[in-house]
Amino acid sequence: MHGSGVNKMDHEAPIVEDVFGIPWLDFNLSNVVMMAVASLIVFILCVLGVRKLQMKPTGAQNFMEWALDFVKGIINGAMDWKTGKIFLPLALTLITYIFVSNLLGVITMATFGHELWWKSPTSDPGITLTLSTMVILLTHFYGIKMRGAKEYGKDFLKPFPAFLPIKLVEEFANTMTLGLRLFGNIYAGEVLLGLLAGLTSSSVLGFFGGAIPMLAWQGFSIFIGGIQAFIFTTLAMVYMSHKVSNDH
Amino acid sequence: MQVFTGFSIINASVGSLQVGDMLAQLFFFIVLLVLIRKFAWGPLMSMMQKREEYVASEIEAAEKSRAEAERAQEEATVQLKQTKQEAQKIIEDARNVGARQEQEIVDSARKEAERIKRAAQEEIQNEKEKAIQALQDKVASLSVLIASKVIEKEISAQDQEKLINDYIKEVGEEQ
Repeated sequence: MHGSGVNKMDHEAPIVEDVFGIPWLDFNLSNVVMMAVASLIVFILCVLGVRKLQMKPTGAQNFMEWALDFVKGIINGAMDWKTGKIFLPLALTLITYIFVSNLLGVITMATFGHELWWKSPTSDPGITLTLSTMVILLTHFYGIKMRGAKEYGKDFLKPFPAFLPIKLVEEFANTMTLGLRLFGNIYAGEVLLGLLAGLTSSSVLGFFGGAIPMLAWQGFSIFIGGIQAFIFTTLAMVYMSHKVSNDH
Repeated sequence: MQVFTGFSIINASVGSLQVGDMLAQLFFFIVLLVLIRKFAWGPLMSMMQKREEYVASEIEAAEKSRAEAERAQEEATVQLKQTKQEAQKIIEDARNVGARQEQEIVDSARKEAERIKRAAQEEIQNEKEKAIQALQDKVASLSVLIASKVIEKEISAQDQEKLINDYIKEVGEEQ
């Protein structure tokens, strides 16, 4: 931790601009690194979890099967299992990746020099909006693929054609709320954690005053991280079911 | 306090959307999805599928073997009943045969006894006749002896024997 910083917002992001000379291609390297870290952790945990598959499951396999059944439950809640089963890998990846990402910033935050490097990748709006946009685009893709362009198009004119603008706005609003809800929760958690961390490191009195709230807030942030991953996945499946199911 | 200065800076650092981050996120997410589907969830799902099938087949097998056991028991019951009947019949037969044999043995014994009795009677008759014959001979010679002693040569022995024989014959014919 960089000592002088009161909270992480004092620090700048390690941004690299105009990569390959392309004017719009900017990278926040901390985001890229944290995405890689989160992906790697998810991958390693998942692979370790299914290392010794047995008919009679033990230990990690039990947990993995529980997780799989849990996500199955989410999909079943949104749509018919027959149409929903192809979304199982997507939902599993969403929930595991977002959950791990959310927790990364709760465990610790690290800065090097004046740049913030270790944080949750999901505390960046660009990343959460990317995920939500990807989900919404996928719903449109599967809506057309599974029901045909005609049926898919008709949905925009229901219950009557005058609803078309509202429907179009809804798609946009869904994308924004899905991404920004996740971002807002995680970002707010990190801001408060940063403030508390600054408080505990500011003075002796501040340490005793800030330690307990910080512990409580970290616990709460873990809870929030889980809840937000669950909500994101559930809503993704609900939006998906709106597009791929015939009855709603 | 420093904390409050922190709040004021928050707004400044939000809202920078880097296109590179978005592309990187998309790339990482897709790669992660493909990888963990191939290496984690895929094998796990196939294992769960396999277990489901295994359980189903086990239940089926259990049901089948139970039905088989029931059928075997029924068969055994029927067979036991049949065996009991057979045993009963064999005992009945044996009893009948025994009774018949008993009757036969008794009959043959009675017949034998009859035969022996008849033979004995015949023998007795023979012996009696023989004894009578011997007695006749004895009586004849005795009477001759007595007569000769009483009469003392009044008639010759031949005449006397002839006389007695005639007499005895006469007596025999009258009988």
